[in-house]
Amino acid sequence: MSIDIEGISKTFGGFTALDNVSLKVPSGELVALLGPSGSGKTSLLRIIAGLEAPDSGRILFDGEEATKRQVQERQVGFVFQHYALFRHMTVFDNIAFGLTVKPKKIRPGKQEIRDKVNKLLHLIQLENLADRYPAQLSGGQRQRVALARALAVEPQVLLLDEPFGALDAKVRLELRRWLRRLHDEIHVTSVFVTHDQEEALEVADRIVVMNNGRIEQQGTPSEVYDHPATPFVYDFLGNVNLFQGRVHEGTAQMGGLNLSSPENASAHDAPAVGYVRSHDIAIERQAGDPGAIKAEVRYLLSVGPLVRVDLLLPDGNRTIEVDLTREEAERLQLTIGEQVFARPRKMRVFVDDYQI
Amino acid sequence: MARSGGKNNVLPGFTPALGYTIFYLSLIVLIPLSALFFKTATLSWDGFVAAVTAPRVLASYRVTFGASLAAAVINAFFGVLVAWVLVRYRFTGKKLIDALVDLPFALPTAVAGITLASIYSQNGWLGRYLEPHGIKVAFTPLGIAVAMVFIGLPFVVRTVQPVLEELDQEIEEAASCLGANRWQTFRRVLLPTMLPAILTGFALAFARAVGEYGSIIFIAGNMPMVSEITPLLIITKLEQYDYAGATAIATVMLVVSFLMLLCINLLQKWSRRFAE
Repeated sequence: MSIDIEGISKTFGGFTALDNVSLKVPSGELVALLGPSGSGKTSLLRIIAGLEAPDSGRILFDGEEATKRQVQERQVGFVFQHYALFRHMTVFDNIAFGLTVKPKKIRPGKQEIRDKVNKLLHLIQLENLADRYPAQLSGGQRQRVALARALAVEPQVLLLDEPFGALDAKVRLELRRWLRRLHDEIHVTSVFVTHDQEEALEVADRIVVMNNGRIEQQGTPSEVYDHPATPFVYDFLGNVNLFQGRVHEGTAQMGGLNLSSPENASAHDAPAVGYVRSHDIAIERQAGDPGAIKAEVRYLLSVGPLVRVDLLLPDGNRTIEVDLTREEAERLQLTIGEQVFARPRKMRVFVDDYQI
Repeated sequence: MARSGGKNNVLPGFTPALGYTIFYLSLIVLIPLSALFFKTATLSWDGFVAAVTAPRVLASYRVTFGASLAAAVINAFFGVLVAWVLVRYRFTGKKLIDALVDLPFALPTAVAGITLASIYSQNGWLGRYLEPHGIKVAFTPLGIAVAMVFIGLPFVVRTVQPVLEELDQEIEEAASCLGANRWQTFRRVLLPTMLPAILTGFALAFARAVGEYGSIIFIAGNMPMVSEITPLLIITKLEQYDYAGATAIATVMLVVSFLMLLCINLLQKWSRRFAE
């Protein structure tokens, strides 16, 4: 089922959670709402579910107005960050709950319910824990039960609110890959909320980046990551370094660098900020290239497969972060205090109307 | 982990704490109660059976335990309702009502009894409207139950309230997303979660009602065989210097109360089987 969100606004007291948000979620897609806390992503999810009513705007399911529909009628599956399992029910009864509360006329028979729950237990790989209570399960297992419970009623839409937020790193990684595979199997239209950019990039078909109650950008993970539309998106996705400077008719001057910036061809000597991801900076010993800045190695830190280098710029009080691969780091053999040249391989310049 | 006062325990003072607990419980509970049994033992077995099965005594058991049970059931129902309203809704005067709930705890029981008796008597504030409909409250077993409801109310409210407050709203949202209507959500999700607390409150209210004396004797009318409660009977025996007879009846009450509380505790344990 496709979801159309048209001009949704919502305020809580004086706080604007959503400001005229419009969004289309095509049928069968897995869409991530990505943003910092307070960006309105959870409010939007809850409005889609019907747990919250918008102040204005419309929600359409498959082109049909659904704004006024009750939660119970919307046929959405909702997965909560803290699982929200019924703790007095066994795993089996939790999953069966949605089926057993159906009106008598359309309620499946006992055997049918049992078959269905067993199928779902198989799907979440917890067949032998059917008689356990939620308190006896691990976090990852609980969230899988919550997912199975939501899927039992065959929802038209699956909504997940930070589903992996309360889990530890390894389980989170496992579970999001599992969710991706699951979605490839069942193709239910899904929207999930996360503040973890890595999670969104890995799991989603499409990412919607939100900030301050508005949508900053939407697109496929590679579109959003490779071509951030706004400084906010640049800043939010990945580690980024800022360079202050000016831009004039498509040429940017950034702390000793001269770069062409064709997207700012109309700017006239405007203050600008250049954004460079930390892995888009090369470190060299020779000043051969004109697009390089002299800097001093301040700090070296191995972070898993990467080596993080802090460079102190000549002005003496600003540092930039560079991520090198292990091979590069071994080839360079940097030492702290050494003078090197940093060359941004890719920089995006925005005229300065945005401050971090 | 629960026991062991050894050196591996992070909580110090296990031995003195346990020692003190046993000493304190002996002093306050066990010694007086065993004195009760010793005094009873001065009766012969036949004398004991005769004392505790006299028709008037049997009638008083029925009145006491029957009214206590009825009062506890009523309190379980309305106590949950009061707790629900106090937790779920916002309204002016909520703090005041919240404080009112505790009043039966604080009020001298005799004051409560006299007040209830005068309100429900034939020309009292409420009694005068009930009387024409043939409902007599004061000086009947119904009055006893009313007094017991009054003194037992705080127990259910105060045990259920914190559980309700801690209930996660997401649980209800999850239920309604799954298609459950309000009633199904209450019946299948909220009530089972509250049940252990309700049973605790029920047990406390019941125990309090069984032991209540002060407020009841004013409203009960104290007619032998009809509205005479067991505690009053015990007092009567004491006034007649029949100490052994009094303790015999007290022993029966004690044993019955203990058994009933034990059953309720087992029931409560069963209702909490999910919480590991």
